[in-house]
Amino acid sequence: MSTLTIDKAGPSRKVKYGSMSRDRTWALRWSYFFLVLFAIFFLTPPIYMLITSLKSSAEISAATNPWWVFHPTLSNYVELLTSNQFLRFFWNSSMISIIVVIVTMLISIPAAFALARMKFWGSATLATGVFLTYLIPDSLLFIPLFKMLGVIQEYTGITLLNRWYVLLFIYPTLTVPFCTWIMIGYFASIPKELDEAALIDGASWLQTLTRIFIPVALPGLIAATIFAFTVSWAQFLYPLVFTTSVDQLVLPVGITTTLIKGDVFNWGQIMTGALLGAAPPLVIYAFLMDYYIAGLTAGATKG
Amino acid sequence: MAEVALRKVVKRYDDVEAVRGIDLDIADHEFIVLVGPSGCGKSTTLRMIAGLEDISDGDIMIGGDVVNDVPPKDRDIAMVFQNYALYPHMTVAENMSFGLRLKHYPKAEIKARVTEAARLLDITDLIDRKPKQLSGGQRQRVAMGRAIVRNPKVFLFDEPLSNLDAKLRVQMRIEIKKVHQKVRTTTVYVTHDQVEAMTLADRVVVMNKGRIEQIGTPNELYHKPATRFVAGFIGSPAMNFIPCRLEDVGGTLQLRLTDRIAFPLPPARAARYNALPRTDKLLLGLRPEHLTESHAHLGPGVETFDTVLDVTEPMGMETLVYFGLEGTPVCGRVDPNAGAKDGAPMRLAMDLNNMHLLNEETGVVL
Repeated sequence: MSTLTIDKAGPSRKVKYGSMSRDRTWALRWSYFFLVLFAIFFLTPPIYMLITSLKSSAEISAATNPWWVFHPTLSNYVELLTSNQFLRFFWNSSMISIIVVIVTMLISIPAAFALARMKFWGSATLATGVFLTYLIPDSLLFIPLFKMLGVIQEYTGITLLNRWYVLLFIYPTLTVPFCTWIMIGYFASIPKELDEAALIDGASWLQTLTRIFIPVALPGLIAATIFAFTVSWAQFLYPLVFTTSVDQLVLPVGITTTLIKGDVFNWGQIMTGALLGAAPPLVIYAFLMDYYIAGLTAGATKG
Repeated sequence: MAEVALRKVVKRYDDVEAVRGIDLDIADHEFIVLVGPSGCGKSTTLRMIAGLEDISDGDIMIGGDVVNDVPPKDRDIAMVFQNYALYPHMTVAENMSFGLRLKHYPKAEIKARVTEAARLLDITDLIDRKPKQLSGGQRQRVAMGRAIVRNPKVFLFDEPLSNLDAKLRVQMRIEIKKVHQKVRTTTVYVTHDQVEAMTLADRVVVMNKGRIEQIGTPNELYHKPATRFVAGFIGSPAMNFIPCRLEDVGGTLQLRLTDRIAFPLPPARAARYNALPRTDKLLLGLRPEHLTESHAHLGPGVETFDTVLDVTEPMGMETLVYFGLEGTPVCGRVDPNAGAKDGAPMRLAMDLNNMHLLNEETGVVL
């Protein structure tokens, strides 16, 4: 918009800024075009889910316009939210995700700090190695992991398989490498002088980490938290493999295994369950975005 | 407060020697400036005193104790960095008190010290702001405040003014000097700016290629440089170096600059240089202020010659004139009213009483 004002401001400037303004206008038009395209593409499924979740089973199977709700009902929501089974899935998912986030952060932050700052023999190779482990797909890992846990269970006598808490050991294999890698990047971007200043001020490594690095790299920490939570919350393959009893299931697996019976799909409840399941990550994004955007490192040093 | 001593200090990175065995004694309360071009080892030396770099060889002593293996926090030093290194998430007061809080000082004392330092640095109004709300100069004051509140034995400054614009740099230079006059803490200050070195230091240490070229007061370095490097590095515009040779003409010692230009040396200089072999390759070292416009009443030892100016640079209080002597570019400083013009002929006077004679090969001032 401002470019147009410049154009109008003075004819003498038109020659100088004209092409730039035209470029910008076209760039903006293309941006909006693609943004709208993406928005439609990505928002259609959730909107369809919302519409379907407000319909009764009869209306869903009826041959009416699928994009319109003729007899809106909250019965799907009421049924799910009063079903102990669904609440159990929700509880399992929440517990696992929260604990995994905590465990991930407790491992990733010190690991990233050590790899980014305490230059030791092999630290650079190790940092690359950490990221490479993330590249191994989980579909390749679940059988060896299952075997390993089976052996551990056999030797220790602690029941691990088919228990929701087994996922607390499994998920960090996905979250820790990536979060460590993100945090290495954030920590590495903190000027070296900052920890040197802390060192001279008398801070130990741990104090430098907790009192300087963590507050300064908070945006990175939040990015890692969001990632770890999302991965744990949305994980499907591992819980499908490692847990089978209904009371041990997490939300994504629970919805698909209990609401699909044989070839009968309870679409209304599936959509409702999926929407309710998508809510916590959405809330977390909305809540943490402000922190994420706040540029906390500005002003640390010149430049 | 304490004295600092370096004994044959060496720093090696793999097979590169960044600091090659330097010896330095810094007295209590002294303001020492390490100056030299990039890569001369001055910052490494400072970081070794701070304990941020290990010492490959030699000893560093602070207050008489060898501190080679003492971690930075136990050396009782404070450091001010080029990019300020303020903690971005803390206010000015929190930044300044961080070190004291880590050492669990009583709250009242922390407050008193921070207030006092803020008053000294004139940043009392900024005490609750975050670093990003401050200008460069203000940030640098806070960085100094953080050093002052700790009341350390030694202040270390690592090019603290390099990030500031020219005007602010001059202002902060004076501030630093004032602060030192008040707190009298032993200070080691690193800069590549010889003007900063000259104006701030009690003694200047000129470093080059990992070695100390010369240690002396600013005046000593300016008037009695020991080597060509020091002579050329200290002073702006730099000292002129003109190839020359010594000749005996009729019992007097002459300095020949070109086929056309030769001057008899003043008696004091002649006596000093008489023993030199006439075959040596020599350089005449002459500061621009000793090459001025010629006028009617020239003193003894001041010789005139005619030249054609290449370029003139009017600076207001003086005009710098550039010309060539047998291909060697030479700079002089003349009165702005002396009529110096680009491309114009001019008669200049050379004050040989202030000349230096250097061995061209060894670079030693004779």
